[in-house]
Amino acid sequence: MLAKIGTPVDAQADDFQRNSERMQSVVETLRGTIQRIVRGTDEKSIQRHVSKGKLLVRDRISALLDPGSPFLEFSQLAGHQLYGKEEVPAGGIVTGIGRVSGVECVIVGNDATVKAGTYYPITVKKHLRAQEIALQNRLPCIYLVDSGGANLPRQSEIFADKEHFGRIFYNQANMSAQGIPQVAVVMGSCTAGGAYVPAMADESIIVKNQGTIFLGGPPLVKAATGEDVTAEDLGGAELHTSRSGVADHFAQDDMHALHLARRVMANLNIRKQVSLATEKPEEPLYPAEDLYGIVGDDLKKTYDIREVIARIVDGSRFDEFKAKFGETLVTGFAHLYGYPVGIIGNNGVLFSESALKGAHFIELCCQRKIPLIFLQNITGFMVGKDAEAGGIAKNGAKMVTAVACAQVPKFTVLVGGSYGAGNYGMCGRAYNPRFLYMWPNSRISVMGGEQAAGVLAQVTRDQRTREKKQFSTEDESALKTPIIRQFEAEGSPYYSSARLWDDGVIDPADTRKVLGLSLSAALNAPIPDTKFGVFRM
Amino acid sequence: QEGIKDGVARRNLSKILIANRGEIACRIIRTARKMGISTVAVYSDPDKESLHVDMADEAFRIGPASTNESYLNEKKIIQAALTSGAHGIHPGYGFLSQSPEFAQLCADNGVTFIGPSPRAISDMGIKSTSKTLMEKAGVPIIQGYHGDDQSVGRLKAEAKKIGFPIMIKAFRGGGGKGMRVAMNEAEFEQQLDSAKRESMKSFGDDAMLVEKYVQRPRHVEVQVFGDHHGNYVYLFERDCSVQRRHQKIIEEAPAPGISEETRRSIGEAAVRAAQAVDYVGAGTVEFILDSDRHEFFFMEMNTRLQVEHPVTEMITGTDLVAWQLKVAAGERLPLLQNDLRIRGHSFEARVYAENPEDNFMPGAGPLTHLSLDFDPASFDGTVRVETGVRQGDQVSVHYDPMIAKLVVWGEDRSSALRKLRSVLTGYHISGLSTNINFLTSLCDNASFQSAHVHTDFIKEHITELFPAKGPPTPEALVQAAVALHFLKILPVDGGAALFADPFDSVKNWRMNYSFAETTQLSANGKVYDVALTSTGDGKFRVQCLGKELVVEVSTDVNDGMLVTHACIDGRMLKSKSVMEDSKLHLFQQDGCVTFEVPALKYESLLATKETGADEARAPMPGVIEKIMVQPGQEVKQGDPLVVMIAMKMEYVIKAPKSGIIKKVAFKTGVNVPKGSQLVYYEEPTSS
Repeated sequence: MLAKIGTPVDAQADDFQRNSERMQSVVETLRGTIQRIVRGTDEKSIQRHVSKGKLLVRDRISALLDPGSPFLEFSQLAGHQLYGKEEVPAGGIVTGIGRVSGVECVIVGNDATVKAGTYYPITVKKHLRAQEIALQNRLPCIYLVDSGGANLPRQSEIFADKEHFGRIFYNQANMSAQGIPQVAVVMGSCTAGGAYVPAMADESIIVKNQGTIFLGGPPLVKAATGEDVTAEDLGGAELHTSRSGVADHFAQDDMHALHLARRVMANLNIRKQVSLATEKPEEPLYPAEDLYGIVGDDLKKTYDIREVIARIVDGSRFDEFKAKFGETLVTGFAHLYGYPVGIIGNNGVLFSESALKGAHFIELCCQRKIPLIFLQNITGFMVGKDAEAGGIAKNGAKMVTAVACAQVPKFTVLVGGSYGAGNYGMCGRAYNPRFLYMWPNSRISVMGGEQAAGVLAQVTRDQRTREKKQFSTEDESALKTPIIRQFEAEGSPYYSSARLWDDGVIDPADTRKVLGLSLSAALNAPIPDTKFGVFRM
Repeated sequence: QEGIKDGVARRNLSKILIANRGEIACRIIRTARKMGISTVAVYSDPDKESLHVDMADEAFRIGPASTNESYLNEKKIIQAALTSGAHGIHPGYGFLSQSPEFAQLCADNGVTFIGPSPRAISDMGIKSTSKTLMEKAGVPIIQGYHGDDQSVGRLKAEAKKIGFPIMIKAFRGGGGKGMRVAMNEAEFEQQLDSAKRESMKSFGDDAMLVEKYVQRPRHVEVQVFGDHHGNYVYLFERDCSVQRRHQKIIEEAPAPGISEETRRSIGEAAVRAAQAVDYVGAGTVEFILDSDRHEFFFMEMNTRLQVEHPVTEMITGTDLVAWQLKVAAGERLPLLQNDLRIRGHSFEARVYAENPEDNFMPGAGPLTHLSLDFDPASFDGTVRVETGVRQGDQVSVHYDPMIAKLVVWGEDRSSALRKLRSVLTGYHISGLSTNINFLTSLCDNASFQSAHVHTDFIKEHITELFPAKGPPTPEALVQAAVALHFLKILPVDGGAALFADPFDSVKNWRMNYSFAETTQLSANGKVYDVALTSTGDGKFRVQCLGKELVVEVSTDVNDGMLVTHACIDGRMLKSKSVMEDSKLHLFQQDGCVTFEVPALKYESLLATKETGADEARAPMPGVIEKIMVQPGQEVKQGDPLVVMIAMKMEYVIKAPKSGIIKKVAFKTGVNVPKGSQLVYYEEPTSS
């Protein structure tokens, strides 16, 4: 007997329709925003780029990928409204995972139409995050380089620190040391520090009349030595493939370079070894678009997380674990595109029992080496006298310990609220999930805006009372309103994603695809044994 | 022998050997099987896995590819007949079918030759003899010189006496081989020489006759039959006027526009011709028919079953192979003249591996894909597909490049022609060039539809039959672009993996935006951009030819082919497509449209090292027959360099430019693939 979950929706119900409409509008806003980001910067920059015979960065990626390969693009909202009036679409760099010559790999492509491909702080962060993904999941890296290097006005935010520009090359060296191939395709400038991307790659390709690699460009050379030299003579494809040996392969144009990159990938001698017991993939029983009407955009409305799971997993089959215990946390086993997964989802605030159940289930998955998916919609752990007396702190800590130590691939989707320690127990960014995505209706902050405003109002009231001062309702609302507004703004997935607190905001209807691709990519790395820390008993 | 009845020996023919290959061997096996007769096939090495071998009850290897060593190897064939215990040999058409020596060899070995007597074959096979005989029998003939004095001087003098243009024909010729036209005295010797060479190659004899070349004639032939009891019938006439390279490509029965009186008189003349040589079995008497006056002249008699016999079967409701087998066994003709009636009209179209756009140059190669878009069985016997090949087979350079005969029957000429067009467009081939589109445009030709046929029909209507090519229709372009999209991403040639990873199954997905690509397709030398945006669930937004269309596509993979249903603005269009190197063949309701997927810029750049066009290359796969230049020799542009034989046709490779020959790459007798550089020039020294 297969444990099928989920129920058909009543598409005519007012509630469902209202929810659905509102969520659809949220999704349309998302797609509209991404559409503009994908279109890139101003038409003039794009024309100038294309007129040189160069392809746009996403076209380069499409041509690099195997025909039909999907592209799991990360953090499209990076840099969104981050630099005031300066627009940096996608942070000026496109990163993601796709399949090239049968090998899943991380692709990092500069967008030279965005500020000449220079690195803003968020560009550096996005590049490093892509490398982190490559490292954690043992994915070969292909760098499509077309960048003017550091964004000089912002050099203080990108050069000196540990997680700054230099880390890119540190990562290249260390990934190469671990046998994770590093391939660079020089399709434009590669100046100064940027020159180290191809120079430190295992194998590199350079495009005739387009790609240049030098530590100092013609203007700097002129200033330093008075030498007059063209960029092509100083660091072009001919020079580097025939004399300096800085690059290995000479390409006629972008398409040729990408073809050569595909050949390089074909010779890596890599085949994904998946040790999981797979099954035949199966679509869920219910359409993904139902999620719009089930979830809606109002975080205060409750629904059964099983209805969400039923629209993500193979055949809507879910073998629930400890169904009758700690019911606010739903745990169980399912398959995603044929791969076994453990799923942990929230159905309300976490009690001691829920936390204990969660810790137990994580132990099971780690023992069995089953990847874990967290569906976060959590206001936090239970508070109050009974809860504290019942040891909610130590029980919550058990779950947090389990999540922190679990070495199986972890995937987190914020489907609703993500507040306080609930974020920790449900594998927030700090807990190293391999990938973390947000739905466009979700919110993330240390606590809800109203709660925060309430706490601050209470503190102020207490203070005023001590000082024997008045605290009118007007005073209270004057205090609370900006706080609520600030939390609302900062808790938005756009705000989060712009700062790379996550790997992207996704359409709820794409959740199955996004998780499936993420899971498949993660399985390129072997699953290590887990050793847990001390569980306070 | 099984005793004598009516003074005629009855022969046991319960097992026969078919000394042939391809569609005719298959055709004979089918009828034999229906009659309970066991069949023995013979095959050359490349034919080991072919359909006729598969269909026969047993089969014998008779030699390597070369016809002289296999299908013309009389001893091996007789040996196979004797070893297998076959009582008779059916020679089919071509090969040994008109060899009196072989017929005699059969008789000497006690094997029944399913055909006329050696005497009748040789009487009719030697054109000079046949004409004399016909003249005596009162069959109208065309004057010419058929004499024994074969000196060039005498032949030329006779030609001048008859007056140019002149037809030069091999005495033993047939099927257009060893036949040349000399339009004037100047080219007489060259054409004579060429005819002789070809005749020697094909028939082992190079005696020639010359006769008046009749222009704008119709080729009308009469199917006759005789038995051992002295009965003769004619099964009416066929019109085979529409020819290219003096070979038939489309035949019909009855001949259109012929009065009943002419029909009877030409039929009776044919019977007289057969009687004159005591003819037994199936034969065809060919006439030239004057288009206007409907006067006819005897040309030759083919003492065998013809390629186009099915059209006669279709209009008379007979099985001529069954008749042949019965007559050979000593039985009487199943029907006599009074029993025979014409019913309806029939066409046969010959599908050849050839390139009509390149002067019908024969081709060879793999039948990468071969399928029918229709089920012949659903036509109640009014559609026949006669073929000896299957998908995956090779059309070999060694044999006739005919792939199939599509035979249809209709109540009248126009309904038969409509049906022919429909089956032509439903016959899908890729891997090599075929004449299918050409045959389809013949069906569409108004003059052909109104039956204004004659042997120069194609030459005369060349501009209509090869119309200037305009841009493809938006529908074809969209279907091609969509097909290309799916051909790239679907596992057309293998089954889908049992376990599909999402990186395999989530095709072309993009995060929060739609996958888009611009495809380039070229047709008739012009490149078209087609922009596809995938909006999910098989829906695409397509921009091409200045239009934007919404297309909903469902696909299926069937036998290596992509089947596409594309709904364009509410109109559902079905097509099949296949990629072959850089060509995309799109089979749709109007036949096959072929697009070229242009090479990427870098691919062309890297390919420029390939040799240019001004070189002497083999136009098709074949055998080097004669080398006419030596290294160091100076040649002028247009001088003959090499003679090649391919598909039993002779090709003269002419000098593409003037210069000095450096080297000839092959020796005579060597098999060369298409495109081989045959002759190298010295590099011009700069002066």
